Amino acid sequence: MMTPKADQTARDALFGKLGHNVLTILFFLVAIIYPWLVGLNPYYLEIGFNFWLWSLLALSLNVVLGGPGLYNLGQAAFFAVGAYTTALMNTLLGWPIFLLLPVSMLTAAIFGYIIARPIIHLRGDYLLIVTVGFAEIVRLALRNNMFGITGGANGILGIARPQLGPWTFTSNLDFYFLSLLYVLLAMWVWRQLEHSRVGRAWAYIREDELAAESVGVNTAAYKTLAFVVGASLAGAAGNLYATKMTVIAPESFSFWDSVVMFAIVILGGRGSIPGIFLGTFAMVVLPQLFRGLESYRMLVFGAAMVAMMIIRPQGLWPKDMRFRWRRPLTEGGEGR
Amino acid sequence: MIMIGQQLLNGLTIGSIYALIALGYTMVYGVLKLINFAHGDLFAVGAFLGSSVILFGLSQAGLPSLIVLVLTLLLIAFFVAVLGVMIERIAYRPVRSAGRLPALVSALGVSIVLQNGIMLIWGARPRAFPSHILPEYKWNVFGILISWTQLGILLLSFLLMISLYVFVQKTRTGAALRAIAVDQQTAQLMGIHVNKLIRLVFIIGPALGGIAGVMVGLYYGQIIFTMGWSYGLKAFTVAILGGIGNIPGAMVGGLLLGVIESLAAGYISGNWKEVISFIVLILILLVRPTGLLGERVAEKI
Repeated sequence: MMTPKADQTARDALFGKLGHNVLTILFFLVAIIYPWLVGLNPYYLEIGFNFWLWSLLALSLNVVLGGPGLYNLGQAAFFAVGAYTTALMNTLLGWPIFLLLPVSMLTAAIFGYIIARPIIHLRGDYLLIVTVGFAEIVRLALRNNMFGITGGANGILGIARPQLGPWTFTSNLDFYFLSLLYVLLAMWVWRQLEHSRVGRAWAYIREDELAAESVGVNTAAYKTLAFVVGASLAGAAGNLYATKMTVIAPESFSFWDSVVMFAIVILGGRGSIPGIFLGTFAMVVLPQLFRGLESYRMLVFGAAMVAMMIIRPQGLWPKDMRFRWRRPLTEGGEGR
Repeated sequence: MIMIGQQLLNGLTIGSIYALIALGYTMVYGVLKLINFAHGDLFAVGAFLGSSVILFGLSQAGLPSLIVLVLTLLLIAFFVAVLGVMIERIAYRPVRSAGRLPALVSALGVSIVLQNGIMLIWGARPRAFPSHILPEYKWNVFGILISWTQLGILLLSFLLMISLYVFVQKTRTGAALRAIAVDQQTAQLMGIHVNKLIRLVFIIGPALGGIAGVMVGLYYGQIIFTMGWSYGLKAFTVAILGGIGNIPGAMVGGLLLGVIESLAAGYISGNWKEVISFIVLILILLVRPTGLLGERVAEKI
């Protein structure tokens, strides 16, 4: 076993800024040629789409969980709001899908603000259970056909495909690249925020909220902002999902979906984009590839979650390795 | 008036079951600061094992039903406690030093394993619980009907809750439990065996949860493998309502939620029953962010 320092130096040599960039470019090159690597097989393109969709959802949750470090186990609610906004305004008003992208993001963001504002002062686990509660309320409201327009348990059908000029997105290949584009945009948003004043405030809150507050960081505002940004990205994912499936139902936005998003972010390593891709691969792609095992699949899946946390509690690809060695010195520190 | 009385009684019955489950959450949270998501599924394991044990006891062993019931409750408490201790040892202790999020994901993983384990063993469809083990007779008290099952649930759960309260408040072990909830490191320095006490928490909580599982089976006569999730979430809501880490809080919260829920189901609509617990939770947290009976443990941090 290498000493922490040697480990760090080795990592720096391997994944220094340059190495990191090379890896990023390689990753996206593979992502672009992936459809042809799998011979345009629709099944594998579908898996590719799911990979990007869930990466996008995990990126949206990561803004909250990897930003100020708030426990949010109800992200599926914002996903649902985005998807239903797109579905309703498309089927009822006939608005085009791409126009509904900003609309869905805005609706989800407003929703995120309304939910987060009154509960933002709650401590970690209280916040967690309240987000679970809100997500359940949203799902049940949709299922009980609250406004008489959500279609109840059957959901909404006949959502249009996105159009760009004369060209309509229909095939799995089209949606593969569309989803990739959404993910790139979400990554860009996260990168911009991460290295800004906002990102630094989030990091401060994550590490020590009391200290952040005592030097004048408006913690409530920054925490709410994280919820709003995260919600709007989940709203974008909802827009993408609705138009891909053309049919949506409340059961696609259950607690289970929130758990998967949560597990991806923690399993990959909070705040780390490569971690999110690895986490999505482990949580979404692997189970789909092992569909043959059927009923035992979920059993193995749960056991693997436990095993991963025992073997690598800091995540598969943590944002900053050095953190791990500093961690034991400061008791607590995260999301109280 | 009679309808209110009946709804109150039904609410107290289901509320005392919520309280029993919530005790498991609140005790684990008190000592580990962990939301034990697997607890609800341990409760479901109790219900399913209970149905099998009762069927076996009645048909194979041919014992009188009251003896079968008592033996079942003891057996279930024992088995679910063993399962709880195993889970703590395998899935929680190794991640204890890594902070709270890995433990949370680990707990979610255990929950998935248990839920799917139940599904593989007993099947995915709802299962009839042998609830006929207790006599069908109902007493009529001023127009309010009380069944044997309700009476049994109320008496047993109150007995268990009072014993637990006395144990935690009056015995040396109870004092040690309270000590590790406040400050584990200091407690350890005072010669308290922290791991042993955590194991004790994972004996008491799951045992109570398992018994609650049998009670739900007896009361509703039907069980399904996802019940751990819905009851678990409600019980956790109860724990937060009362102030998490606070044992009397869990009892008060359970009874309160049970009553509110059954009144709402009776007067508003059954469709929204599931939502009511969350709305109550959110409203109470807005007014009292630490729950009804407050929370001394986390306040100091």
